[in-house]
Amino acid sequence: MSIRPASMRALLAATCLAGLATTAMTARAHADSTITIATVNNGDMVVMQKLSSEFEKLHPDIHLRWVTLEENVLRQRVTTDIATKAGQFDVMTIGNYEVPIWAKQGWLSPMDNLPASYDAGDLLKPVAQGVSYNGKLYALPFYAESAMTYYRTDLFKKAGVTMPAAPSYDELRPIADKLTDKNTQTYGMCLRGKPGWGENMAYVTTLVTAEGGQWFNEQWKPVIDSPAWTKAITYYVDILKADGPPGASSNGFNENLALFSSGHCAMWIDSTVAAGLLYDKKQSQVADEVGFAPIPTGSFKGGPTWLWSWNLAIPVSSKQQDAARTFVTWATSKEYIDLVAKTNGWVAVPPGTRQSTYDNPEYKKVAPFASFVLAAINSANPDGQTANPRPYTGAQFVAIPEFQGIGTQVGQTVAGILTGQTTVQQGLAAAQSATARTMRRAGYPKK
Amino acid sequence: MQQSLASRIAIALIGWAVALLLFFPIFWMVLTSFKTETDAITASLVFHPTLVSYAEVFQRANYLGFALNSVVIALGGTVLALLFSVPAAYSMAFHPTPRTRGTLLWMLSTKMLPPVGVLVPIYLLFKFTGLLDTRTGLIIIYALMNLPITVWMLFTFYKEVPNEILEAGRMDGASTWGELVHILLPLTLPGVASTGLLSLILCWNEAFWSLNLTSSQAAPLTAFIASFSAPEGLFFAKLSAASTMAVAPILVFGWFSQKQLVQGLTFGAVK
Repeated sequence: MSIRPASMRALLAATCLAGLATTAMTARAHADSTITIATVNNGDMVVMQKLSSEFEKLHPDIHLRWVTLEENVLRQRVTTDIATKAGQFDVMTIGNYEVPIWAKQGWLSPMDNLPASYDAGDLLKPVAQGVSYNGKLYALPFYAESAMTYYRTDLFKKAGVTMPAAPSYDELRPIADKLTDKNTQTYGMCLRGKPGWGENMAYVTTLVTAEGGQWFNEQWKPVIDSPAWTKAITYYVDILKADGPPGASSNGFNENLALFSSGHCAMWIDSTVAAGLLYDKKQSQVADEVGFAPIPTGSFKGGPTWLWSWNLAIPVSSKQQDAARTFVTWATSKEYIDLVAKTNGWVAVPPGTRQSTYDNPEYKKVAPFASFVLAAINSANPDGQTANPRPYTGAQFVAIPEFQGIGTQVGQTVAGILTGQTTVQQGLAAAQSATARTMRRAGYPKK
Repeated sequence: MQQSLASRIAIALIGWAVALLLFFPIFWMVLTSFKTETDAITASLVFHPTLVSYAEVFQRANYLGFALNSVVIALGGTVLALLFSVPAAYSMAFHPTPRTRGTLLWMLSTKMLPPVGVLVPIYLLFKFTGLLDTRTGLIIIYALMNLPITVWMLFTFYKEVPNEILEAGRMDGASTWGELVHILLPLTLPGVASTGLLSLILCWNEAFWSLNLTSSQAAPLTAFIASFSAPEGLFFAKLSAASTMAVAPILVFGWFSQKQLVQGLTFGAVK
């Protein structure tokens, strides 16, 4: 069979065209995508940013752009963006406070159909529960924290006191009195005092829960004027006035961390994330003298109600859903934790998210606080852990959009009580009526 | 004479005290930037200086990219604001209408609105016009933000110029353009320069809009500093290093232009 030259040419041209088309289509499928990641500026996230070059090596078609901001600025920035559906960010770092609220608004893409290699079952249950809505994950946890008691073993030894294995608030008070020496600027107890829903109210909510109190009853009526709140706030104010550092009402997490690591606090009750920092000799002058104990209990023995996680979520407004998902699953995977361990050491791995991290003997060796952190996280229940039933979720916060405003307002009142501007009774009565008013305006109880 | 010498010394001392008080935070920031993170939390003046924080800051963020954005946006915003405010102030100063005073007051009143109140509408406008995370967007916002101040300042400078001089120019056949460029601008140059400098400094330091309307492409130095401010962990030394690097250009610029700035601000104060 002979083929005419004209047909040959046509065939050749068609083949070329088809080839070109295929190349174009392949190029399109593998078109480079750039994703913008909004993240909070803390140690673990900085490590992630540094290690992201490894991700880009694995996925040369995905480029990363970073926007790193301080927590409050980040919150305002990403909220504006997601509420207006502007789509400036493809991956957002958000707390477990935002995840259920935003998921309910339909702002977040669900994290379903995760690859089997991701092993979602390895995620610690309370942490996964905190970032789920209607039983579906809407973000993947990057690191998580609960709270515990830090103390100075050298000062305890010198004063001849021992830290109880499961301390109660009543037991800690006389110890704090004994360890306070204002001449050497050593203060028995450091606690958060800086007003804000994520600052003093995170701790105060935990303390109130320990005394059997809560924010709202089942009818969404605030119960801030209850005896539990009065008892908790009285304890808080008394111990900080007698044994706390001067100007305690302006100390947040950072300030207390600075005080403890420079040797001015004998005890400090705060987030478990401080453990790694206090243990780091580069950042702490008391690294060899730090002891750990569970968070103290009060009349309610239901365990610590503190659970916070920083999570990576993908807004529905993102136009790079697939690339964003690839990045999020990488950054929260076991492989990522191994990578951090390999490059920065096991003590630097993002804690609190995976059982496999806590099962790892290497991690246990360098992080003596690991078992406390795991126990604290596993006993925290974001769905409810108060003496009486409640209508809301959230451990050291209330997972409703109004809480940022309410928490900060009550936080200012508590700071006012601490500085002596008002009495405990007056302050709590004012907080009760202000909160009741806000809730009424917001239309609670919602049908 | 004795008393006047004593009072002169007293004034000099008070002047020095105020200057030192104002300068102290900057001094402390620069000092902290050369400390390690552990030293940074102590108030000690004795430490081993190190450049570790600077190295870390350079490694983590593209300083030059942020700095270039700051320069372009601050200059662009200032030039755009002056382009509008020079003719506006000219018209208000030399050809006032019964509504001029009201317009001036209304312009100033826009500065009384907290910016966050209009964040969402502006964000949406930027989203629809594709101006989010662009230098053009920030230049427009900064020009608009500074317009009331630049118009007011230029208006007060122009008010110092006797109308007769402009009239004489018109007699000699000067057009409005010629009047503005050849008579008014040379006469009020220190005033225009100090208005421009003030606008430049305001643009450089503006943090609310630059943080909210940019993400990665057009972010200026204010966003660069914000990325080193941390709620958890101690990064005071790095934050100080980043802040020192962010204020250094405008500090040097301010140093060289302080003569013009003072001259302009006291322009016409003594007749």
